[in-house]
Amino acid sequence: MSTTKTKWTVNLKVYRKKGQKAPYYDQFTMEVDPDEYVLDAIERIWAFHDRSLTFRHACHHSTCGACGMLVNGVEKLTCITYIRDVVEDGGTIVIDPLRNFPIISDLVVDMSLFFDRMEMVGQRQVIPIAEEIVGSSQKAQSAGNGKEYLRLSDCIECGMCISACPIAATNPDYLGPAVLAGAQQSGLDKKPELLQIVDQENGLWRCHSAYECTAVCPSNVDPAWRIMDLRRQVTSQRFKRLFR
Amino acid sequence: MSEHADKSGISQAFRWFDPRGRDVGTIAFILNRITALGLTFYLFLHLIVLGQLAKGAEAYDGFLATIRSPIFVFGELLVVAAGLYHGLNGIRVGLTSFGIAVPQQKKLFYWLLAIAVLGSLIFGIRMFTA
Ligand code: SF4
Ligand code: FES
Repeated sequence: MSTTKTKWTVNLKVYRKKGQKAPYYDQFTMEVDPDEYVLDAIERIWAFHDRSLTFRHACHHSTCGACGMLVNGVEKLTCITYIRDVVEDGGTIVIDPLRNFPIISDLVVDMSLFFDRMEMVGQRQVIPIAEEIVGSSQKAQSAGNGKEYLRLSDCIECGMCISACPIAATNPDYLGPAVLAGAQQSGLDKKPELLQIVDQENGLWRCHSAYECTAVCPSNVDPAWRIMDLRRQVTSQRFKRLFR
Repeated sequence: MSEHADKSGISQAFRWFDPRGRDVGTIAFILNRITALGLTFYLFLHLIVLGQLAKGAEAYDGFLATIRSPIFVFGELLVVAAGLYHGLNGIRVGLTSFGIAVPQQKKLFYWLLAIAVLGSLIFGIRMFTA
């Protein structure tokens, strides 16, 4: 007979904010299976305790990027974060919305500026099917050395890298890790017009190398490496221009 | 309470110094900012000290006697440690900013920290036994 306890009692402390009212935390004590995901517990709050709780989610399998939140102060995709990985039986899970985005309601943040910036660097949210099929061979990405290929290197636009970035915390004009990574993925050689967008005060050169973006990215985009690679490309372009 | 974009710039800036839940890169970033602020503060102190020269030789000698006390020597050791860390981390950031050794940035940090601690120890022993 297994001695593993399959039900834990955990306390969920959830950030709440509606309109102009001051934010506060709501507490929900509930029974959970530790092998469930944090998003399951949040959905259960909504289903059985409080229908006014707002949060974003869609795919439940780390593809849509909608469910990014702070779990105990760290950016996580809640649909793939096991409860047992963030709390113990009897413990508390603190859920906050992502940082560095305006809050719309409770755990929902306004990502429209971020999405606009992604489009600006050539990372469109909606691509016509025909175009995608034709262009699919061009989408293959190398790891940078031309030899290996990275799996899952497509950004899911979860915004967690922006939330984790200390520079984005104090400078809303900073393009941010995902946008710069998007520019690098689009390629300066294929889209030379991107140079103007990234080679400026609030672009490439604003990054202060905290590497938090890469630490929290759930999709192996490695934005920090891509920012540094873009810097290398821009610097070598400038250098070459000196000798022309 | 969570910190969000609708908070003021100053309270957001405190996040620069908050290591909770963060990775090694942030520790390096925090130490870089603290040492930068410390070294800037020291620069001002240094200018004030030099200003003592203008008050004549006696005033300056008196001042020198004061700063030979262990507390001031310890302060100087902090300046050495900050300079070592900041300079070495500058090399790390400079290298990675040119796309060199980016995947090794954590290892580089551990190495530079070890060198900065060792260097500070050697300076400390020399300063307190001189
Ligand atoms: S780079 Fe990573 S963390 Fe940032 S938005 Fe894309 S998938 Fe999310
Ligand atoms: S619900 Fe789609 S990524 Fe989590």
